[in-house]
Amino acid sequence: MTIKLSDVSVGMELPALDLAFTRADLVAYANASGDQNPIHQDEEFAKSVGLPDVIAHGMLTMGRAIQVVTNWVGDPTAVIDYSVRMTRPVVVPNTAEGSIVSFTGKVAQINDDGTVQIDLGAVFGETKVLGLAKATVRLAQ
Amino acid sequence: MGMNHDMIGHVYPPSKPYLVTSENISAFVKALGETNPAYADGTVAPPTFPIVVTMNAMDTAFHDPALQLDYARLVHSDQKFEYLRPIRVGDELTVSASVEEIKPLGTNEIATFKTDVYSGDELVVTGWSKIVVRGPEA
Repeated sequence: MTIKLSDVSVGMELPALDLAFTRADLVAYANASGDQNPIHQDEEFAKSVGLPDVIAHGMLTMGRAIQVVTNWVGDPTAVIDYSVRMTRPVVVPNTAEGSIVSFTGKVAQINDDGTVQIDLGAVFGETKVLGLAKATVRLAQ
Repeated sequence: MGMNHDMIGHVYPPSKPYLVTSENISAFVKALGETNPAYADGTVAPPTFPIVVTMNAMDTAFHDPALQLDYARLVHSDQKFEYLRPIRVGDELTVSASVEEIKPLGTNEIATFKTDVYSGDELVVTGWSKIVVRGPEA
């Protein structure tokens, strides 16, 4: 499936994604990214610095939010810029289910050069965990 | 004591080269929980993969005594990437990190670091990381 520029209109919603964040995911992301900050793995440490529990890496949340765009486009190399503000942490309890974050995307703008801006949302419970999240993609003509 | 504003514009020496392997890409893809078949052969890296090298380069800057940054009070608040081309297996990445901005925000300080990611001589991605350094409690 390839999304073409002609298929796209402003306001169009991309297929949403609900993704679970588990403790095992945080360990895997720490190892893959090199970010071994104990606030992402060690419950006692996280609580000692005033957090409610272990929290996900903000960059893991950023890395998952873009899947709304790349799953829709198909080709991940279509992304030409991507930015987020990490507004609130995703708290991850030591349960098999972990925490569910709901990711959404919407076509915000079609630029003069034919690129498309997608605004992204990421919500954990009632809390927006990413703000000002947007990506620009170049679609097939 | 706040950050040293004289460091605005300072450019750090390039980081040591990092060879992108299919193992590194695949571990990152798996950790993200990716299901996109475009990543199946481990040749192309996901959009946030550059953080692996940019965060390391910034870590060197964060610990530079001249910057006077209180690492224990640092929070990563914003991240942006602009891609000239995707990162691929076989790329040898170096990062040139610089201090783009330092400014007060209430009792906190915010700083933006620019990270130019090269493969050899070719600029492939530019990242910007904004951090907040919380001020002392009143």
